[in-house]
Amino acid sequence: MELTTIWFLLVAVLFTGYFILEGFDFGVGMLLPVLGRDDKERRVMINTIGPVWDGNEVWLITAGGAMFAAFPEWYATLFSGFYLPLLLILLALIARGVAFEYRHKRPEATWKRRWDNAIVIGSLVPAILWGVAFANILRGVPLDADHEYVGGLLNLLNPYALLGGATTATLFATHGAVFIALKTIGDIRDRAAALAVRLGIAATVLTVTFLSWTLTIRSSTAAVVLAAAAALALLGGLAAATVRREGWAFTGTATAIGLAVATLFTALFPNVLPSTLDPAGTLTATNAASTPYTLTIMTWVAVFFTPIVLAYQGWTYWVFRKRIGVAHIPQH
Amino acid sequence: MQVDALDVARWQFGVTTVYHFLFVPLTIGLSVLVAILQTLWHRTGDEKYLKLTRFYGKLFLINFAMGVVTGIVQEFQFGMNWSDYSRFVGDIFGAPLAIEALVAFFLESTFIGLWIFGWDRLPARLHLATIWAAAIGTNLSAYFILAANSFMQNPVGYRYNPDTGRAELTDFVAVLTNKVALITFPHTIAGAFLVAGSLLVAVALWHLIRNRDSTDTPAYRFAARFGAWVTLIAAGAVVITGDIQGKIMTEVQPMKMAAAEGLYQTESPAPFSVLTIGSLDGSRELFALKIPYLLSYLGTGDPNGTVHGINDLQALYSAQYGPGSYTPIIPVTYWSFRFMIGFGLAAAAIALLVLWTQRKGRAIPDNRWLLRAGLAMPILPLLANSFGWIFTEMGRQPWIVFGEMLTRDGVSRSVSLTEVLTSFTAFTLIYAVLAVIEVKLLIRYAKAGVPDVTPPPEPDDTDDAERPLAFAY
Ligand code: HDD
Ligand code: HEM
Ligand code: HEM
Repeated sequence: MELTTIWFLLVAVLFTGYFILEGFDFGVGMLLPVLGRDDKERRVMINTIGPVWDGNEVWLITAGGAMFAAFPEWYATLFSGFYLPLLLILLALIARGVAFEYRHKRPEATWKRRWDNAIVIGSLVPAILWGVAFANILRGVPLDADHEYVGGLLNLLNPYALLGGATTATLFATHGAVFIALKTIGDIRDRAAALAVRLGIAATVLTVTFLSWTLTIRSSTAAVVLAAAAALALLGGLAAATVRREGWAFTGTATAIGLAVATLFTALFPNVLPSTLDPAGTLTATNAASTPYTLTIMTWVAVFFTPIVLAYQGWTYWVFRKRIGVAHIPQH
Repeated sequence: MQVDALDVARWQFGVTTVYHFLFVPLTIGLSVLVAILQTLWHRTGDEKYLKLTRFYGKLFLINFAMGVVTGIVQEFQFGMNWSDYSRFVGDIFGAPLAIEALVAFFLESTFIGLWIFGWDRLPARLHLATIWAAAIGTNLSAYFILAANSFMQNPVGYRYNPDTGRAELTDFVAVLTNKVALITFPHTIAGAFLVAGSLLVAVALWHLIRNRDSTDTPAYRFAARFGAWVTLIAAGAVVITGDIQGKIMTEVQPMKMAAAEGLYQTESPAPFSVLTIGSLDGSRELFALKIPYLLSYLGTGDPNGTVHGINDLQALYSAQYGPGSYTPIIPVTYWSFRFMIGFGLAAAAIALLVLWTQRKGRAIPDNRWLLRAGLAMPILPLLANSFGWIFTEMGRQPWIVFGEMLTRDGVSRSVSLTEVLTSFTAFTLIYAVLAVIEVKLLIRYAKAGVPDVTPPPEPDDTDDAERPLAFAY
């Protein structure tokens, strides 16, 4: 396989991992005021992701770094072109990350309420905007022959992209509800399970619509198969959630997110950022790539370290495998 | 003056990076110091070490959160504001950045999570290992980012490809063993320990002077002495590595050394001016305090060595790279270099004073000045670090990659002034608000003092179903 193809795959894998893992972090954050009726319940929710959210976020940092190293043109054009959405994502991630750590550091109710708001907005905004961003990548954006984005902000806010944003937000909310049902005990678990079913129906409708629309824009046999598999996985997860098989429900939503992201990347390949203006402006896995030498080094680093990272991150999930409930939250 | 997107992008980079680096040194230094404290507890079973671990651990985490969220901005910023720079160096610069994330950030963030929440979930030994893993990850991360930065100071291991118009990697080992990186790393790490040691002292001293008869006095006493020793040793390391750095800098970026001194004419031997009153453009000098031979020694290792002046270098570079100014802003480089050294050494002097007042068996003197000096301690090396970076980065100007690319050519062409102004304003505002919140929290938790501890129970799978978590958000 071409080195550039391998790196396209690796970037895809990193974003897939990011959306599966941070997807439920975002979901838990968004649902904080919906499922958490009092301070204790909200703390239960935050503590289900407490030990892992930072490690999950590093998937994004690594995806960004890998893009920079393997496809500098893609990184440069995308990040400067999608300037304002990325700015909003950054501000949201800042607010959310600090809020997890600081929320419980003072007893006042107003203090907590403000940080709760930071968590909700800080989760909702990226959950929507990642969908908007990826939809625009799929749809293509106006790039001139120098690969510079010439579209402006409004160009990014088209119906297809907005549908993409609604899809990711709903999908992540479902994923988060399923995760809460999987990781908690007591009343909150029951409510999360019920909510997961309702959200799941909406997520299925949106995902199927969005992926179908995507396949009308660009498609391949593999992409169609993956999209169908994503829809099936989501339905399977939904069925499992209905009969309260929480482990299977989570497997279903996680697989569905993974397959949906895979669909997008498969449909995109070999392009990485298509131009709607000048075909010469289109960025591909070949013309955006680094030199074979850099790619070779990076491949070795990835081959060696990725399994190690997966092993200890997996171990972390195992260490914190137990369900928690309000009884586990310390008094102070 | 006409403001353009380039100016704002530069201001944004300066502000966000200096801000990021206010938290980074504490993370680097304190992660290791907390790991040492926990190791001491593990080895001796003395509860005071556990109390200190928990206490400074909490301050560490309050600070850590800020380091994490401001770091993401740094990584995204290259693509957002400096896309032509990213295109030009991506082949080289992206690799250490990606490796940093894969090798170091994963390690650090995952094990920090395990450490925070693992007090009653992991066996004591394994739990101790998690803080060490996190500390190692943190320090590793510094190496990769500094290797990337060193490429900008002293590009090595690459060639310019005229067909693609970019710099391309030819020797990755050369990039990782760039002599600038090899010396920048220990210097920066030492600077970080100077901050962390100072924080230990400041907080402990406050409690020693304010709560004179606390049962925790032995714990604070230990922390003050330990921190003071860390500070002193770090100061020694900072001076030694800084001295070597000066020589390497004179060799690879002679203009920066000349700019550090405001030295216009080539001199041998060259004196070092401790301070100058007058104008720094070389035209008028009212008063200057000079140490003969010192600049020659700092730059070349030989007290009579020749240090090239700005005028000669400017003429040389104009001939080599074409007409234009190759001189950084002299007052900035001149003063930031002095502030870096001055503030850092001031912290070391206070550490010495603290050790002196704590000689064996003595009670801490109830002295307002000592308290004030102690409280100033962590601020001084933080300032020194900031000025060190301002010197390093501003002294490299007008280059973004020395000798290869000018800063003005690196900026994003497709990003408008409005967009950069929006992001600059947004970051500055949110950073300012968070700074106030974080400092207040740090003070609140520092004042609260060491916690009461019951040593965490060994994990037990059978009966802990209803037991509250030892640590929860
Ligand atoms: C507590 C902080 C601190 C202290 C006390 C010092 N430094 Fe420093 N210095 C830094 C913290 C720092 C830094 C922030 O960490 C920098 C910025 C980039 C780097 O490599 O380290 C730096 C940069 C830096 C550079 C620029 C390297 C380059 O651009 O290539 C030189 C030549 C020195 N230092 C030399 C010294 C000397 C001779 C010192 C004392 C006698 C000294 N520093 C004290
Ligand atoms: C964390 C410590 C660092 C600090 C405090 C710092 C600070 C600064 C400052 C003050 C400037 C000058 C802004 C101006 O010219 O107006 C600057 C420029 C820059 N530095 Fe650094 N820097 C740091 C580390 C790095 C690292 C590690 C890199 C690269 C990996 C880097 C890359 C740059 C770039 C791209 C610019 C833009 C050029 C410019 O604005 O002039 N810096 N930095
Ligand atoms: C301008 C260049 C820089 C970039 C692109 C950058 C990138 C990052 C990123 C993405 C994070 C967040 C990691 C996380 O979420 O866990 C971070 C935090 C951190 N960075 Fe920076 N950084 C820069 C400058 C520096 C420098 C110069 C150093 C050290 C000398 C440094 C060391 C650290 C450390 C110790 C943290 C603490 C938090 C953490 O690692 O999670 N950074 N940085």
